[in-house]
Amino acid sequence: MTLELMAGDQSMLQGEHGPAVAAAMKILVAFSKAVGARKLLDIAGAHIDGCLYHGQAGFDFVERLVEGGGSVRVPTTLNVGSFDLIHPGLVKMPAAEEVPARRLMKAHLELGCQATFTCAPYQTRFRPAFGEQIAWGESNAIVFANSVIGARTNRYGDFIDLCCAMTGRAPAWGLHLSENRRGQILFELTGSFEPTDALFVGVGLIIGQASRDRIPVISGLPQPRDEDQLKALGAAAATTGAVALFHAVGITPEAKTLDEAFRGKAPEETIRISRADIDHALARLSSVPDGAPLVAVSLGTPHFSHHEWMRLLPMLRHIAPGRGIPIYVNTGRATLTRLKDEGELESVKAFNLIPVTDTCTYVTTIIERLDGVVMTNSGKWAHYAPGNIGVSVAFGEMEDCIRSAAVGHVVRGAP
Amino acid sequence: MSEQASRALKGRALNRVGSFQLAGEAQGSALVLSQALSFWGGLDIETGDIIDRSHPGLGQNVAAKILVMASGRGSSSSSSVLAEAIRRGTAPAGIILQRPDPILAVGAIVAEFLYDVSMPLVVCDISGIVSGDRIAIGLGEDAQAIVSRIQPAIGPAAPRRQ
Repeated sequence: MTLELMAGDQSMLQGEHGPAVAAAMKILVAFSKAVGARKLLDIAGAHIDGCLYHGQAGFDFVERLVEGGGSVRVPTTLNVGSFDLIHPGLVKMPAAEEVPARRLMKAHLELGCQATFTCAPYQTRFRPAFGEQIAWGESNAIVFANSVIGARTNRYGDFIDLCCAMTGRAPAWGLHLSENRRGQILFELTGSFEPTDALFVGVGLIIGQASRDRIPVISGLPQPRDEDQLKALGAAAATTGAVALFHAVGITPEAKTLDEAFRGKAPEETIRISRADIDHALARLSSVPDGAPLVAVSLGTPHFSHHEWMRLLPMLRHIAPGRGIPIYVNTGRATLTRLKDEGELESVKAFNLIPVTDTCTYVTTIIERLDGVVMTNSGKWAHYAPGNIGVSVAFGEMEDCIRSAAVGHVVRGAP
Repeated sequence: MSEQASRALKGRALNRVGSFQLAGEAQGSALVLSQALSFWGGLDIETGDIIDRSHPGLGQNVAAKILVMASGRGSSSSSSVLAEAIRRGTAPAGIILQRPDPILAVGAIVAEFLYDVSMPLVVCDISGIVSGDRIAIGLGEDAQAIVSRIQPAIGPAAPRRQ
């Protein structure tokens, strides 16, 4: 199988757009051959998961592109880094680590990437449209773009996302192509379910674990209250598994009917999900029982949307937690700016609310006390935080998190 | 070499044609893993030791070996881990997979670009290769990969000369 390059690809490869673009194209070509793509296609945008420091190689790669005088050729957003540039002092990091962490974020800006520093680029003005070809890194963003929006990306990451951005091209393979977006495994919810936040997390955890490399289709899911519930489902599925695309019948844009989701073919396997399965999956997220004393609450993984803030703020004012338990909310800097402009944060200052931007409370050292239980409404945070930062976790609905902060220990099943 | 030993060795002769995900030449002792290894969370980049506690190869070292496994596994961060291991000299000399893996390919391609160190990545039938075999990866015609055993593993399967 040979890779056919267009004249524009050839000219990039031959250095007519400078050494950085040539390097990116060279790597992209090698990668495209390695995955058996026959040609490259144009992308409308990229999202780069390259700002977390994972070692010298990642650092050297970006610096080499900066030295080559390159910049991205399509609108390109950035995922979180290890630093909150808007709230200096929030992240506690030794100077030896802070220097490369800050440099990595800055180097990407020098390449022309947008200073979004969010894991939810779909909440920004760079949100792609249905059917658009994009090259995105960050597992929750990938599954959201493919499933909820119907844009098209593979699971890019580490180096290749940036090569696509620098060239405006991606290999024509995998989920970029219609024939590879067909559902393969059916998950049937049996019984009737209320559209609680926890339900969507639970379904995500289950399909992530059981889908392996097959594209899951979910039937029987109640209409979500908002897209944040689908965000939570996708993030959970991409946490327990490698799901890059799911279809929810009657909900997501490529699955108006079961038949459309499977493109008229039969599912390879059908798995039924009961209320007990959901409860079981959710129970595994919590390592402590109700009543355990809390040290913090963490919300907003993936980053809290403006809509989620609009749900949280009245809850805060109503419940008025005042026990000094910090409530961290990870959110995009653009979302926070909008909230500040709207004056929404003034009335909740007394409630130990700590907005975090540009990063996330489970990838870096923000939370003051790690010696106790942190409560979250995020399946993804609950899964990764114990390993990443060594905390115990209690999972619950957003309102349970705020009520727990008010009483100082874990309470669930708030009215 | 006795006739018997010669027959036994011939019986285990291996000269196989595969395809390259990243072309190059390498030689080394085979390390065959019965389960796919995720480099991210599975490999200590300072030593090349396998550190995944749920992996049957736990405690083995991949540095300078020809790593043989059915497929890659896990998060795209494995690209960075492989590239970093190649930079530090703790990576395998070459990797042979039964099925292609985009994530390992990226790590090998980027490391070659940054550090001029080639770590060939081959896709071919891996049956019959056992840990300890001395394996050579070479360049064949039409950019094909040639995988050959240049010396079998020392053990009961390879009778010693009397």
